[in-house]
Amino acid sequence: MPLPLSYNLKNLTVRKTTTLMTALGIGLTVAVLLGILALVGGLEKALQATGHPLHLLVMRKNSLSELVSQINREAVSSIRNKPGIQQLDGEPMVSPEIVTVINLPRHNSPEGANVNIRGLPPMGIRMRPNLKLMEGRWFQPGQREVVVGKSIARRYVNAEVGDRLRFGRGDWSVVGVLDAGNTAFDSEIWVGLNQLATDSNRMEVLSSVLVRAADPVSLQALRNALADDQRLYLEGKREVDYYQEQTASAEPVKFLGIFVAVIMAVGSCFAAMNTMYAAVARRAREIGTLRVLGFSGGSILLAFVIESLLLSLLGGLIGVLLVLPLHGLESGIGNNLTFSETGFDFRLSPGMVAAGVGFASIMGLLGGLLPARGAARESILSALREL
Amino acid sequence: MFRDTLSLALKNALRNRRRTLLTVASISISLFLLGVLLSVYYAFYHQEGPPEQALRLVTRNRVSLTFSLPEYYEQQIRKVPGVRELVPSSWFGGVYIDNRPENFFPRFATDPDRIFEVYKEFTLPPGQLEAFQSERTAAAVGKSLAERLNFKLGQRITIKGDIYPVDLELTIRAIFEADVENQDFALYFHRKYLEEGLPQARRGMVGTFGILADSAEAVPRIARQVDDLYRNSERQTKTETERAFQLSFVSMLGNVKVFLLSICGALVFTILLVAANTMGMSVRERITEIGVLKTLGFTTGKVLGMIVAEAVLISLAGGLLGCGLAWGASGYLRQSQLMLSGLSFSPPVFLISLSIALAIGILSSLVPALGATRLPITSALRHTG
Repeated sequence: MPLPLSYNLKNLTVRKTTTLMTALGIGLTVAVLLGILALVGGLEKALQATGHPLHLLVMRKNSLSELVSQINREAVSSIRNKPGIQQLDGEPMVSPEIVTVINLPRHNSPEGANVNIRGLPPMGIRMRPNLKLMEGRWFQPGQREVVVGKSIARRYVNAEVGDRLRFGRGDWSVVGVLDAGNTAFDSEIWVGLNQLATDSNRMEVLSSVLVRAADPVSLQALRNALADDQRLYLEGKREVDYYQEQTASAEPVKFLGIFVAVIMAVGSCFAAMNTMYAAVARRAREIGTLRVLGFSGGSILLAFVIESLLLSLLGGLIGVLLVLPLHGLESGIGNNLTFSETGFDFRLSPGMVAAGVGFASIMGLLGGLLPARGAARESILSALREL
Repeated sequence: MFRDTLSLALKNALRNRRRTLLTVASISISLFLLGVLLSVYYAFYHQEGPPEQALRLVTRNRVSLTFSLPEYYEQQIRKVPGVRELVPSSWFGGVYIDNRPENFFPRFATDPDRIFEVYKEFTLPPGQLEAFQSERTAAAVGKSLAERLNFKLGQRITIKGDIYPVDLELTIRAIFEADVENQDFALYFHRKYLEEGLPQARRGMVGTFGILADSAEAVPRIARQVDDLYRNSERQTKTETERAFQLSFVSMLGNVKVFLLSICGALVFTILLVAANTMGMSVRERITEIGVLKTLGFTTGKVLGMIVAEAVLISLAGGLLGCGLAWGASGYLRQSQLMLSGLSFSPPVFLISLSIALAIGILSSLVPALGATRLPITSALRHTG
């Protein structure tokens, strides 16, 4: 016959301080794990949301990122003439672009961070899905004007509408703020292609060409056609794949986070074990009495394991509550490939919360098992004789 | 007197061996982690590089590292008083064999006649410097890189260009060595060889200039004067100490400082909880005993000292064990992670970790000990576990 759950609950509330301290220790461990998972989750979400399934990003062969890729302007016209490209108002959906990086001071770090600047033609803007201007207007051709992603506007100095940014050959006015639907483009600054080309002296050498295929079959055909064209020396990558690959830059953080959390968990496990051993020792006579009343060793074992589980679940709950304020917090992380910062919001998903609570219960289970076994094995007589 | 307290504390600590062992294990594991994280923090933000580094500056394009500078800046910078030597170098990027991270290493196009003048901590076996300088397609690799990728003198390697539309065919002619482990993880080759392969429009540009100053005092002035030279030019410069230049890469990773410090904070708090909980439990079980001790004539102060000493013994034991583990782990990480090549479990980190252990011992025991010793003897004696 199992012991009622209220027995465990009452036992936990009798020693409030001990219970709370052990739970808080477990809670902090869970909080560290969840904090890092939320960081990685937010970054992955931003990168995975970027890109259109029918888009092909054309770069020079062997280029890992748009930043290092170079495409001559003549190549753009041969790409434009390839079959299978979707048309918009009688124009092929092809956007030649220049990507460079500038260093901008951030609100809380004067040494600043690297930011992507993208020069693109009007077609490039029309090709991006879910794009809207939150504030202001688009840049005018021939003017030194930029539109900044919303993550840039909030996190960097002098990056709001009406401000002036200094890079290249002089000042640029910020005329709009872009909401790209929480994608990587929210961390970019956009300017007119020709304006950026003139300013950075790159009239002939562009970075990449974005192409929208008519359908998935022509997308593959376009890729093959590009790969076969030895003269162009280009390759096409699906835009979604390109951004998916960048999630790899979160790997070290993820590794560090899990490493730290697992080690902390071992420590918390020992702490839970201590608490449970003390609980068993304190209640030796009580255990003996329960055995006399007819409760089996198995149900005593179960009772103590359940008590330890409850303790750790409380800890898991505390951990979740501790990281909850992180959800939605804006931050940025350096991206190895683009050599610039990608902004993201910490994201806590129900799955992560479940993982955190599960992590806590493993700690509770491991911490409670040995003491509970000790309690169940003790002989009735010696338990009753104990003071 | 003091020895009595200590021996009593030790006896008490060993009374419930299982509990003490679990607490020591818990504290040591947390302190091991704390030690490693503090070492990483220290390596990133506080460590001095080799002594030669204090004399070096790096000049780059003000906009960002991805923009370059004209090579003729070299002659103008050379004229700035206090500049002893300078060397252009350009990050080549490129792909060696494939894109796997194991095959990644830094490759720079530089001036073979001056690179080892500016980076004096790099030493070469006799004859190899001349071999590297005299052959247009020669390359010099660092010893740690040569060991990792098994490069031998005379070996030919191909590096496919990405930033530069050039494929390099290089022959390894020199293997240099730095006195600091892993500082030599790089490949240098002739800038002239790169220039030959470039289209006319892209020639004559340099990524950064490494400057060697006459004296450490001249360094800040040189930085100012170089940047003043180009204040009104189309390509402005940013000159900073080599150390600051390296730190800007760390800051590129994002807010590592806050990240590391918040994990450390959570850790210290967790250890404190664990220790305080254990001490609380042991003191509670001993309240009757404390009453007996006081009846026997032990003063409140002495009983207090005994309990605090016990906690300090336990936490210091955990601390020492944790520091030992952290020392071993740092050595391993330094070998295996390129980013952490400067990592070491240094004396300051050791002292900080041990002080934290000491503070935790005192703090964790003070509250339960004060509570127990303040109890009147009669109620202490009447207390039941």
